[in-house]
Amino acid sequence: MLKVEEQQPVEFSSALMAKCDEISSRYPEGKQKSALLPVLHEVQAELGWLSATAMDKVAAYLKIEPIEVYEVASFYSMYFLEPKGKYVLEVCRTGPCCLVGAEKLMEHMEKSLGVKEGEVTADGLFSWRGVECLAACGYGPVLQIGPEYTFYENLDNQKLDTLIEELRKK
Amino acid sequence: MARKLLLEHINVPGINTLDVYRQKGGYRAVEKALKTLTPDEVVEEVKKSGLRGRGGAGFPTGMKWSFLAKPEGVARYLVCNADESEPGTFKDRYLMTHIPHALIEGMIVSSYALGAKTSYIYVRGEMMPQIRILEKAIAEAKNAGFLGKNILGSGYDLELYVQPGGGAYICGEETALLESLEGKRGNPRIKPPFPAIAGLYGCPTVVNNVESIAAVVPIINDGGDEYMKIGIGRSTGTKLISASGNLVKPGVYEIELGLPVEEFIYSDEYCGGIANGKRLKATVAGGSSVPVLPANLTLKLANGEPRLMSYESLSEGGFATGTMLGSGGFIAFDEDQCIVRNTWNFSRFYHHESCGQCSPCREGTGWMEKVLHRLEHGHGKMSDIDLLVDVSKKIEGNTICPLGDAAAWPVASAIRHFRDEFEWHVREPLKSLQTNYGIAGYAEPIAKAEVKQEN
Repeated sequence: MLKVEEQQPVEFSSALMAKCDEISSRYPEGKQKSALLPVLHEVQAELGWLSATAMDKVAAYLKIEPIEVYEVASFYSMYFLEPKGKYVLEVCRTGPCCLVGAEKLMEHMEKSLGVKEGEVTADGLFSWRGVECLAACGYGPVLQIGPEYTFYENLDNQKLDTLIEELRKK
Repeated sequence: MARKLLLEHINVPGINTLDVYRQKGGYRAVEKALKTLTPDEVVEEVKKSGLRGRGGAGFPTGMKWSFLAKPEGVARYLVCNADESEPGTFKDRYLMTHIPHALIEGMIVSSYALGAKTSYIYVRGEMMPQIRILEKAIAEAKNAGFLGKNILGSGYDLELYVQPGGGAYICGEETALLESLEGKRGNPRIKPPFPAIAGLYGCPTVVNNVESIAAVVPIINDGGDEYMKIGIGRSTGTKLISASGNLVKPGVYEIELGLPVEEFIYSDEYCGGIANGKRLKATVAGGSSVPVLPANLTLKLANGEPRLMSYESLSEGGFATGTMLGSGGFIAFDEDQCIVRNTWNFSRFYHHESCGQCSPCREGTGWMEKVLHRLEHGHGKMSDIDLLVDVSKKIEGNTICPLGDAAAWPVASAIRHFRDEFEWHVREPLKSLQTNYGIAGYAEPIAKAEVKQEN
């Protein structure tokens, strides 16, 4: 859910601002609202999630109303409107992946991380959730981790545990 | 071996780089088009080829191009639909990952044909690795003079950008995609006006699938007439098929349209048969939105003739005994899979992905998901089965965009062909939680298969 009362101040780095300027230059004059989705991805990559304050900043940058940012951020599934773990493990839960074991993998994930879908581990490192089709149905079960969206294919319980261990050590 | 037009060089090391791609004949189509053909001649070749949109609808690409309005002094746009999200479909991801320049080259030739000076590739946001690959390929192409000002001295200018989506299946619908590209929620627009008249920023726009645009390259290289010779009837050329589910060799295959379905599933050149020595129970031949078919109707038409991988053959028999080629997302179910569970899974998908704009879809997808959930989890009633058919009929055809149909068809077709499996779930709720219904008569030779009429 969108929490607009969240008022923690946020800063955008100069690298982020430069990236936003580059993105805005891709569209015709006066159509800079087109930059909204890519800019939100960049902001989330830097801050981990999209607070209302961060979205207000984006609105001011693109010279649009805050509601135009909120309605977009809450429509698309990739934007986080609340803080998540450092690594968000997203497992595909749609038909073809389920034919080759995605549901069992999610059960194992819950046990391995010790948190339910959508929750954050106590150390703040991990969240996980089932997501809809990731367009890699021939290589299921699959999983992705933002903000780089690194992709892992043909997973089983053991491979998943190894991956979690590696991320812990990072 | 079948002819390969798109994936011929897929295994060449470094084919993702401009240098190797050019060594293998890449960017010849750009040279040929910009130096020797007028934009209208390029459109003409694509028309002659008979190429049909590879995203799912199968509308002739050349015809779509010829509808583009060309008012004086108004910008025109080409937008590539790389929002590949249809469950079962992963061919565009494959193409963009391994041969990004095939898409870039196709975009340059197609943009030239349409007179677009700025073009966008809208890639689903989850494909960040592919977005990075495409951006690198665009930089390479620009460095080599294939993009930017005065390309190859032809006087034609083109800028090409990659736009990430935000994670919404609906943005694969072309007007929702345009809304999203304008920085808005992905709510499909009411048509008309069609994008060819008023698309991106209200300007004339063509939206084409990744594979359609990549196919323009061999069409220009070899001529539309040559392309038309491949395939069968009005299903010309080659098609990328994404094969998933319980197969020995799932993956992306390029087939000549007209290949028998049986050969595609069982031959070693393609999927190599059903995994773990199991039998085939059912298939979804063209992505999750198309009707599911039992094994017997997958392999044979209702009259007993072999079914082919083509637009016409897969839809032979209409929805009573046929399905659709769709996006080419071919999902195979072995004898241990539960059709009720899978139908519930797909319904959850459509409920999750409904944009919420039209009430039949917003509400109906949720009801179907709920009813299927209780059937799958042992709480179903016999009347639920007809209730599902009823709800699906009230969604179908009553929404702005085809997502409503896409949500209705899998449910209606599952009940049409697998009603006894649904009834078994109601009669044997405890058993259905522990075991599956199995293959029953779904693979019996076609003569014995009973074709159920829609009520």
